[in-house]
Amino acid sequence: MLSEFRLPALGADMDDGTILEWHIVPGASVKRGDVVAVVETDKGAIDVEIFMDGIVREIVVAPGTRIPVGTVVALIETEDAAAAPVATLAGESGGEGLTPAAAPAPAEEGRREGGSTAAPSDRLKISPAARRRARALDVDVAALHGTGPGGAITVEDVEQARAAPKPSPTPTPPPPPTPAGAGEGGGMRDAIAAAMSRSKREIPHYYLSTTVDVTATTEWLTAHNAAVPVTQRLLFAALLVKSIALACRELPGFSGFHREGRYEDSPAVHVGVAVALRGGGLVAPAIMDTADKPLTTLMDDFRALVTRARAGRLRASELAAPTIILTSLGEASVDAVFPIIQPPQVAIVGAGAIAERPWVVDGKVVPRQLLTLSLGADHRVTDGRLGAQFLARIAARLLEPASL
Amino acid sequence: MTGPARITYREAVKQSIREALQADARVFLMGEDVGKYGGCFAVSKGLLDEFGEERIRDTPLSESTFVGAGIGAALAGMRPIVEVMTVNFSLLALDQIVNTAATLCHMSGGQFPVPVVIRMATGAGRQLAAQHSHSLEAWYAHVPGLRVVEPATIDDARGMLRAALACPDPVIIFEPISLYNLEGELTEAAAQVRLDGARVHRVGHDVTLVTYGASLWRCTAAADVLAADGIDAEIVDLRSLRPLDDATILASVRKTRRAVIVDEGWRTGSLAAEIGLRIVEQGFYDLDAPVARVCAEEVPIPYPKHLEDAALPAPERIVAAVRRLFSDAQ
Repeated sequence: MLSEFRLPALGADMDDGTILEWHIVPGASVKRGDVVAVVETDKGAIDVEIFMDGIVREIVVAPGTRIPVGTVVALIETEDAAAAPVATLAGESGGEGLTPAAAPAPAEEGRREGGSTAAPSDRLKISPAARRRARALDVDVAALHGTGPGGAITVEDVEQARAAPKPSPTPTPPPPPTPAGAGEGGGMRDAIAAAMSRSKREIPHYYLSTTVDVTATTEWLTAHNAAVPVTQRLLFAALLVKSIALACRELPGFSGFHREGRYEDSPAVHVGVAVALRGGGLVAPAIMDTADKPLTTLMDDFRALVTRARAGRLRASELAAPTIILTSLGEASVDAVFPIIQPPQVAIVGAGAIAERPWVVDGKVVPRQLLTLSLGADHRVTDGRLGAQFLARIAARLLEPASL
Repeated sequence: MTGPARITYREAVKQSIREALQADARVFLMGEDVGKYGGCFAVSKGLLDEFGEERIRDTPLSESTFVGAGIGAALAGMRPIVEVMTVNFSLLALDQIVNTAATLCHMSGGQFPVPVVIRMATGAGRQLAAQHSHSLEAWYAHVPGLRVVEPATIDDARGMLRAALACPDPVIIFEPISLYNLEGELTEAAAQVRLDGARVHRVGHDVTLVTYGASLWRCTAAADVLAADGIDAEIVDLRSLRPLDDATILASVRKTRRAVIVDEGWRTGSLAAEIGLRIVEQGFYDLDAPVARVCAEEVPIPYPKHLEDAALPAPERIVAAVRRLFSDAQ
């Protein structure tokens, strides 16, 4: 079947873009998630992923052309109709092989030297020796670019990273000079310091918190997870992300950007999820169009995002896209978080640990599963009263998990 | 002898047999066509005239019979050298070698060692087609009770037989068919050759090529090409296929952090597989790239020259496999 691949919206406010280069040629096989082109937008050059499997039949738009979002840029023969052998042969040949006249031999899978047939994993590709060296030199491997086979990080990459200043994986502006004693973490620490300092300098935060009885929701979640295959199980965080996204839709003033003295609500809601990195530091990539995704899709995206964040493989668009962020410190067993907004956003939601605690229901003290939600919001845009409504709407959504 | 002489691999083997016959009256050579015909690869040419029919014995075309006779002679106190034409034909004697030679010392509680030496040609490269060209060393290297060696150099071809005859265990010596015409210098080191232990054939720093037999020379050709690219390959010549010298292999891999095993045997269930896993078991944290291997194509070795060449682990394939360990680029 011939499918149209259209220019996707790569950011909240993108109307058009210019294709800078193609990474594919007609005849190439593509998989969902492959980066197929680089597109120039207002936010810079961004890698564009394809969202279908198949064979490229035609490239419709030449590099250098400025086109509106939604324009057909390539035609893809999707997998069901494409001739599978074409892909197999192309993938297996190491550039040399037996002449076709050779006596037929039993087919052997992966008989080529390089012929691994295993599916690629999302795990960070780093050689064992490089991992050990990185530990010895205290280098954060998640931030490294691998030059080895398959893009794997090698000892040489680690040693070069040690020798050179550490790169910043987030697209934040260059950090100001680091105060003495900033210590480990390097570029990422500096980037966080710069963003948070700017936030506290420029944004008049106000903070609210509310404790929610989520017993029914956790029970629903347990029952749901018992009924579905492991791969479709949900995390509580997925419910929270969706609840926040829906609340953003209902109430303006929390999902958007404050730029040049003016606030604008974002038409699309992309909830960012703060992910702590193993080597230290923090990133908050977005789950795109959070409000429109069913929970299972959202969960898949969430898992993939965390994996890629920890592998240092986030795309620039994902880091720039969040219109609001969720920071959950549930695993750290804190009761509540008082989060700091990431500019130019105007709100951030915090979640503490869900814990069984005494709670008064119908005049009686009973043990219930409690969660404290908090909100850090920008007083230039909203006031506490609206913030309280916002938190209440998140809580209300959370208590109706079946409707998420 | 004065100074290093240039001789062929064939001549080196012949000299080693002659020396053994002269040194020990218990030594004799037997096999198909080793006497009047001079050996089907001309290794024993002239030895019949020199030593007589008692010690250079032509046998019927029955591998099981004459290998069994060799085992019996060894048990009875002789030091027989049994020549089997090729490893393919040795399969007819597999019962004698695996069930008898390899087991008797163990089953007799050490009372009956079997000091037989079985020489056989192995491998491809001379257009001898599928019945004469296979590399089945891994099958013998699998069997406890056997020593399995494969000389790849002139010195080893000259010296290994002496070490094998001095060993109380049955020893299989594989002689690569394609190396009989190899010419090289015979050095004094040939007198000190040991039966076990691998040897670093070429010192390098970037990648270890682990190999044996005729593939040693494919590796040196590949290493020359790689050197032009700035990739400095170290080559480990296994020499002994059972036991394997893990220490030498691992010391090299720990240094270079990359390993490519080059094996003329078929890939599936190969010695390359065994060596690769040993590297991973013992050197996992020292590896900077996946362990790779270059083996024969999984086909009966073809007769036509271009197909035979295509089936073997040619230098270009070794070079390509090494390059893949250094970058994503093809």
